Amino acid sequence: MNGSAPIQPGMLSGLWATARRDLLLAWKRPGDVLNPLFFFAMVCTLFPLAVGPSAEQLEFSGPGVLWVAALLATLLSLNSLFLGDFEDGSLDQLLVSAQPLPVLALGKTLAHWLTSGLPLVLVSPILAITYRMPWSVVPVMMLTLLLGTISLSLLGSIGAALTVGLHRGTALLSLLILPLAMPVLLLGANTVSLAAGNDIYTTGIWALGAYAVASLSLAPYATAAALRISNE
Amino acid sequence: MTEKLSADNLTLIRGERCLFEGLDFALNSGEMLLLEGRNGCGKTSLMRAIAGMLSLETGQVLWNDVPVLKQRQTFHGALVWLAHRTGLKGDLNMLENLHFEQSLRPQSADDHEVVYDRLGIERLRRLPLRSLSAGQQRRVALARMLLADVPLWLMDEPFTNLDREGRKLVMTLVEEHLAAGGMCVMAAHQDVEINAPVTKIRLQ
Repeated sequence: MNGSAPIQPGMLSGLWATARRDLLLAWKRPGDVLNPLFFFAMVCTLFPLAVGPSAEQLEFSGPGVLWVAALLATLLSLNSLFLGDFEDGSLDQLLVSAQPLPVLALGKTLAHWLTSGLPLVLVSPILAITYRMPWSVVPVMMLTLLLGTISLSLLGSIGAALTVGLHRGTALLSLLILPLAMPVLLLGANTVSLAAGNDIYTTGIWALGAYAVASLSLAPYATAAALRISNE
Repeated sequence: MTEKLSADNLTLIRGERCLFEGLDFALNSGEMLLLEGRNGCGKTSLMRAIAGMLSLETGQVLWNDVPVLKQRQTFHGALVWLAHRTGLKGDLNMLENLHFEQSLRPQSADDHEVVYDRLGIERLRRLPLRSLSAGQQRRVALARMLLADVPLWLMDEPFTNLDREGRKLVMTLVEEHLAAGGMCVMAAHQDVEINAPVTKIRLQ
């Protein structure tokens, strides 16, 4: 308290600051970021070894395997979204900050997507080639993964916020999120399959986009409410 | 500008235990509220309830005579919480941690260097917080509190891990804050000597 005017932070500065801090933390601890990515790559490379390397089979199973692996890798990374903040007390500081909690939660989710969803999208073409996916289909697959991982990160943040106070909440988190994630998986995998079969696939892209927009507009509020509940 | 923090008939039940019942208090600018009691008697819970993080069985906390839950953002913009866990990131250094805090609440226009100097942490700015001692980390948390321009300080056991000079410094800082028209809610089990109007609440 002193005479000079206080410096008021703007609303968006809360969003950028939380995203920036989480990215900085991820940069200092790259292992946490790489784990889900390794998992994704490992599942995708092991699958052909188990089911056999025939070209027909690979082309048929490729979209499904890539999508299931992406979904599981995202679920794997969600558990740590709020856990670190919960343990060191910075979650309490976020709860009593002057910034709206949904904005801060969105900032954290943005950082989570940039460090877990986006790398999956960028790595997926390399894995898609091993499944003999035609080059024309690869951009479609990347687009579905891009939209899908955005939805998964946002929906997952609700589950992560609800289970943050529980020990070993990973299983519960997956159970909570899977029903909401099912449409994303079905739409994503089927859209890629349709594109590979030279069918019309744009409907799937629109639907995935709509799902992402709906998650973006609703999930931050649900996450904020869940954080308040689980921190009582 | 004067502010007022008051509580009306607070009751909090955790599990089977009633931590407090029918608790009232009123705190004006320049005054301090001291929460006393043995370990586990509900000091931190009361503090969390004041900050609006616990839902109470009955009663409400009021800021300038308006319930806190109806103006959560305004109220949170007027307080800073020095919690038992510092809420600072061990992987980041002091400047990165404090820089993040700047976007969370109104900041004073004070010179940061003066604050660092006063707390004796001016040499630690580039070290990861993990490598600092518990007392030094607490001093960084105090810097966060001083750099915020807010009237209400919530301090939960502020003397933990601090050396003798550190404790004295905290008391001086609180006295200055109160003299400048701020207010402070403190939970402590040590003796607190502060030269200002102090209301005490003893929890059973």
